[in-house]
Amino acid sequence: GASFGTGMERVIVAMQDPDMGMKMRNQRLLITVIPHAMTGNDVIEWLIQKYNITEEEARHLGGLLVQYGYIYPLREPRSLLLRSDDSPYRFQTPYFWTSSRWPATELDYAIYLAKKNIRKQGELVDYEKENYSILHKRINHTWDFVVMQAREQLRASKQRRKADRIVLECQEQAYWLINKPCVNIRRALGRNRVKSSICLESFMKYSEQYLHHDPIMSGCLPSNPWISDDTSHWTINTDMLRVERWSFSFMELLNDSMGRREFMIYLEKEFSAENLCFWVACEDLRHGESSKIILKVEEVYKNFLAPGAARWVNIDSKTMERTLEGIKRPHRFIMDDAQMHIYFLMKKDSYPRYLKSELYKNMLAKAIVPQETKKSVFPFMRRQRHSSPSPAMVTQATEDDGKAKGAGPTGTSSTTNSQI
Amino acid sequence: TCEYNYVLSCISCEPRVLSLQNILSLILFLLPASALTTGIYMIFSTKPEMATQEVQPNETLTNLKAESDTLKTKLEDERAKLHDVELHQVAEKVDGLGQFIMKTRRTLKGHGNKVLCMDWCKDKRRIVSSSQDGKVIVWDAFTTNKEHAVTMPCTWVMACAYAPSGCAVACGGLDNKCSVYPLSLDKNENLAAKKKSVAMHTNYLSACSFTNSDMQILTSSGDGTCALWDVESGQLLQSFHGHAADVLCLDLAPSETGNTFVSGGCDKKANVWDMRSGQCIQSFETHESDINSVRYYPSGDAFASGSDDATCRLYDLRADREVAIYSKESIIFGASSVDFSLSGRLLFGGYNDYTINVWDVLKGTRVSILFGHENRVSTLRLSPDGTAFCSGSWDHTLRIWA
Repeated sequence: GASFGTGMERVIVAMQDPDMGMKMRNQRLLITVIPHAMTGNDVIEWLIQKYNITEEEARHLGGLLVQYGYIYPLREPRSLLLRSDDSPYRFQTPYFWTSSRWPATELDYAIYLAKKNIRKQGELVDYEKENYSILHKRINHTWDFVVMQAREQLRASKQRRKADRIVLECQEQAYWLINKPCVNIRRALGRNRVKSSICLESFMKYSEQYLHHDPIMSGCLPSNPWISDDTSHWTINTDMLRVERWSFSFMELLNDSMGRREFMIYLEKEFSAENLCFWVACEDLRHGESSKIILKVEEVYKNFLAPGAARWVNIDSKTMERTLEGIKRPHRFIMDDAQMHIYFLMKKDSYPRYLKSELYKNMLAKAIVPQETKKSVFPFMRRQRHSSPSPAMVTQATEDDGKAKGAGPTGTSSTTNSQI
Repeated sequence: TCEYNYVLSCISCEPRVLSLQNILSLILFLLPASALTTGIYMIFSTKPEMATQEVQPNETLTNLKAESDTLKTKLEDERAKLHDVELHQVAEKVDGLGQFIMKTRRTLKGHGNKVLCMDWCKDKRRIVSSSQDGKVIVWDAFTTNKEHAVTMPCTWVMACAYAPSGCAVACGGLDNKCSVYPLSLDKNENLAAKKKSVAMHTNYLSACSFTNSDMQILTSSGDGTCALWDVESGQLLQSFHGHAADVLCLDLAPSETGNTFVSGGCDKKANVWDMRSGQCIQSFETHESDINSVRYYPSGDAFASGSDDATCRLYDLRADREVAIYSKESIIFGASSVDFSLSGRLLFGGYNDYTINVWDVLKGTRVSILFGHENRVSTLRLSPDGTAFCSGSWDHTLRIWA
């Protein structure tokens, strides 16, 4: 397959064509004049003209060029967005093109970080500081070499003109923002692995536990709808197998909407429902629209984390501190640590107690073991296959408060579908 | 990005000299557990102010490659130390499977050309399918009624997915995009009018999947990358670089914490990714040809793959190795798609020789072979409640098996 960069590179080359390419000009960055730069607006206009596309598409394409590092912003270099105003941008030198670069090595990255650290104390940002100390431990034996290289490169760059130096620094920074190598700690020869015998035993156990829940292996009651044409299996809500499955793992309980509801009722009795509410709110943040992130983070803070909040959750001080700090720059994963803490709290404490509770035991007692469908007296006569309401319609109906809908699937349907 | 290629080169304008000692120390300490060093390139320079030690002329690339091969073997030995038993040995005590009967229970006819992809709706009976002629159809597979149809502006719609809410579908292919179509209730409304362009790759879209909500889509592409997108804005949230060739398939992990997914590609590698950081956290390279399909074992601790090398394989994530190969001398055509039964005991594989082979995951034996399709099986998925699976084929039809 073609390298992902070739398409983008073609665009970039076209943009720099001397006749049909973009009009470049000098851009001011504070008091320094940067040559051969363009504005975000220029980029979008050019793309619209050249490819005969809409503004929306031009913004999208231009945004990709910035994301992948072919164009970089001179102001706010960490914000890899294409702004449709007079923000200045510059082409990344082909030397630094993501596609043409050898995968960046840890050594190169270490040298880059060391240079930054030497040049100005405290200039490294959080994740860079973390990476710096990880690398310092990992390649400690060559650290002299790293520092030496960093010093040499700094010395050589001091001999350049200021404008060139700024350009080179911008290019390098833009490159590393995108290409910083994986510095997750995985010690080379001593990686934590689990013995095969233990892993494989778990497959035996899992298959055995779920054997009777596997319709293809064990059949299902009252019958498999695809075989009998009878959809009762899909409409029965509280059969034994479903309720039993909640006891297999905490994840099974939470994944089942009914299980989650039941668990919430139990937690309310225990006055710890805020934990589950918090977890649900965090899931909503993680998987929701990007545009609602800031709003949702504020809501979560107000409802669950602020001192005196109505549903204050009990997180350890370290996690709370980290979370509150992170809220200043909200993103969709900002609640991950806190969410995980609460998840494990529920899993270790509330969940086992729920399984022993009267509430759950009653559920089990009420649960049905459906009767197997009697085989038809006339086996050659097929049952009529009924339609079911489209999921889109079900959602809309609840939204419109049951207003009569026009078009919709015809045919009768049995009792409400047991939706997720 | 990939830690598996070690390339030492000039990064800035100043060339650099590395001594042999430096290089060997780097190999020793930077080589991660699952690394397969593919090559070492060096650029030498003799700039006086940069030199610490001159590289000796007899320290050639060949010597260094030999050195790295030795280390590779050492690593494999370390991994093998923990491999104390084979899967089929452990499975000896498990009961064998009795006679196995599965039949076609529904045949869905309506596509005018090769069916390339399908996905189930969470309601356990609806499906979406896409084909070579650009058509995307939403069916109630139970009644075999077609409920919606869209014609894409491109051919070869290789990827389609149903949204978790059941209110939208996503699809794409040779247009290099992934578009989302909200499903209208008005049968007469033109679905294409409400189409939303979400993902944009620089080569064909090979697979797509919604994450836990309708708001995010994960895609894989012939451009060698995977990407995570925000549906509402079309914004790229994260991109995943590490495959050396087209990425053909992906599957999201059923994990309780964090988000990971696995992808398979033409580079014969299966990579496991962290969705938050974009990093490749594990990599497996034992197949001998393109990996067409990857699917997680229901517990999330392992995944299966299907490949053009006519085998399916099982990889355990905690043991960090391949633990089973599902193959037979009589099976010589590639496996295009795989999925597990609900308990994980069975693995269904759709093959390019028009058949579906059913494997006993634990014992490694083939339990059954299903005939019916009249051309390649291109796509196969278990229904959400495990009561049936659906297969799509180049013979223009889809079949429901139970």
